[in-house]
Amino acid sequence: MKLIILNDYDQASEWAAKYIRNKILQFSPGPNKYFTLGLPTGSTPLGCYKKLIEYYKNGDLSFQYVKTFNMDEYVGLPRDHPESYHSFMWNNFFKHIDIKAENTHILDGNAADLQAECDSFEKKITAAGGFSIGPDGHIAFNEPGSSLVSRTRVKTLAKDTIMANARFFDGDLSKVPTMALTVGVGTVMDAKEVMILITGAHKAFALYKAIEEGVNHMWTVSAFQQHPQTIFVCDEDATLELRVKTVKYFKGETLNHRSCSC
Amino acid sequence: MPSNKSVSDAPITQFINCRILRDNELQREDLWVREGRILDPEKLFFDEQGYADKRVDCGGSIIAPGFIDVQINGGYGIDFSQASEDVSDGVSFVAKKILEHGVTSFCPTLVTSPPEVYHKVLPQVKVHDGGPHGAGVLGFHLEGPFISAEKKGAHPEKYLRTFKSGGLEHLMEVYGSLDDVAIVTLAPELPGSQSVVRELSQRGITVSLGHSAADLSQAEEAVQQGASFITHLFNAMLPFHHRDPGIVGLLTSDRIPAGRAVYYGMIADGIHTNPAALRIAHRAHPSGLVLVTDAITAMGLPPGRHTLGQQVIEIQGLHAYVAGTKTLSGSIATMDMCVRHFKQASGCSVQEALEAASLHPAQLLGISPKKGKLDYGSDADLVLLDEGLNVKATYISGEEVWRKGQ
Repeated sequence: MKLIILNDYDQASEWAAKYIRNKILQFSPGPNKYFTLGLPTGSTPLGCYKKLIEYYKNGDLSFQYVKTFNMDEYVGLPRDHPESYHSFMWNNFFKHIDIKAENTHILDGNAADLQAECDSFEKKITAAGGFSIGPDGHIAFNEPGSSLVSRTRVKTLAKDTIMANARFFDGDLSKVPTMALTVGVGTVMDAKEVMILITGAHKAFALYKAIEEGVNHMWTVSAFQQHPQTIFVCDEDATLELRVKTVKYFKGETLNHRSCSC
Repeated sequence: MPSNKSVSDAPITQFINCRILRDNELQREDLWVREGRILDPEKLFFDEQGYADKRVDCGGSIIAPGFIDVQINGGYGIDFSQASEDVSDGVSFVAKKILEHGVTSFCPTLVTSPPEVYHKVLPQVKVHDGGPHGAGVLGFHLEGPFISAEKKGAHPEKYLRTFKSGGLEHLMEVYGSLDDVAIVTLAPELPGSQSVVRELSQRGITVSLGHSAADLSQAEEAVQQGASFITHLFNAMLPFHHRDPGIVGLLTSDRIPAGRAVYYGMIADGIHTNPAALRIAHRAHPSGLVLVTDAITAMGLPPGRHTLGQQVIEIQGLHAYVAGTKTLSGSIATMDMCVRHFKQASGCSVQEALEAASLHPAQLLGISPKKGKLDYGSDADLVLLDEGLNVKATYISGEEVWRKGQ
């Protein structure tokens, strides 16, 4: 595991974006050789998306031969609802770059047969991806208690999650979706490479649980201790619950990574 | 977004590098058009996996919905109130010229005239869409003859009328037909007007109060019967008085029926209304302000004498008077001039100035959001403007119909 610690949110976003950019460029995608990327939603990856858009606009990066897979989507929310993850991806990423619609994949929360939709999504994924975690250390909607070998499936959302989401639905709890389709922990573990972006003091405890404690289904992101190629990218604030020794250890490593990948 | 052949047969145009007027603000967004209407690019992406066939670089321009002029009496030598054989040609000529001012739809206006004129003119022009041939005609605006003698302004006194018994029938005798009429201006203090207002409103015709000496309660009564517009606020009506605000008082009346609004036309040419009065009206009721040109025959022509209805008028600089008097007979300012002047005089935002010439007239006529907005599904009648709100190009149904410099 690599832990890359940057000073603040902007620098962490830029590091992550550069990493993705370099990976794509090195891979040299073409019409018969697509680069696959797993993508998150939420406020954490926004800075990273902005940077990637900038690289596209500068002419440094093209998404013509990139396939993307999003990790989750609400059930029952109309696709063009401003809070749907389809809308999020369109407004914050897809509409600004040259990606082709047929190369983007987002779970369809309005499918007639939800489990069939999940199964077919699983089949489509072979990923080299980047993901984000939420305040309680979950990946996508794999909330505490999710099996560490779970696959793409329908999940009922935790009460806390519904309350936290209410602010996007005019504070009306009855409007907030109660179920979502999500990739499983096991699905993400199948990716060739996983990058987890964690920023902010409110995520510090989750980061501590993710890397300094053991693998535990109450903190699903800890499963990545058993993945061969994981990078955690965070800012100083997110390290506030870590031991000084851990931080110093990884900062020493980071100096190496900065000089060779950016 | 890659620019490839899209999945549908109809070509898709993407306007880039622009700021669009949407949701009451200027947004930095691309505008997508297909089959003459504004297209939702997110639906296009996810549902159809389609792209733009053609991209138009707007060079940072502002894109607003095309302007709508609900009071224009003619221009470029054409007088809509003249009973000629080729009224339709005259209307078409003006319709084409006003594209240069960003106007994509309008209501040709007839001032007080004898029945023969209405019977000759009205049947010659039908409601029709705009296009490369010119701005669309939304229907006639009949200003008079059922107006007040005291407040006739430039209208010829001998053709004024009152409602005889059987109000609407009498009105129909005078006009001949109401088929292609969008707005009627009348004075509500005329006896018998109430039933006329009610019946016209029920037929979907916008009733406007103007050229009237009505007091506030008479005006409010008319609004209750269905009237929804005030013709050139302040002009040809009683001035505001603090114990009886008259028609002007409708702007802040508390007797407007729920769910309805009163709109008011303002000729923002710097002449018909003192800027301070314009500001008072705007601040009292900003969402009801509708910019109109009330342009006359001489608009677009050099100084001198010209004909308006049954009278002769004289141009002096930006002023147009009834010949031999100091009575204003109409304006020669163009719609885009009015938008710029309104913004400068009122200090309002760019978005408010543009809405006064597009959204508000569309709402008045009940044709929003098809017209007057850039919502998904709205007609792609557009005006491209620079920072100073000068017209750079005009589009109708997504097709360029005028461009500066061509």
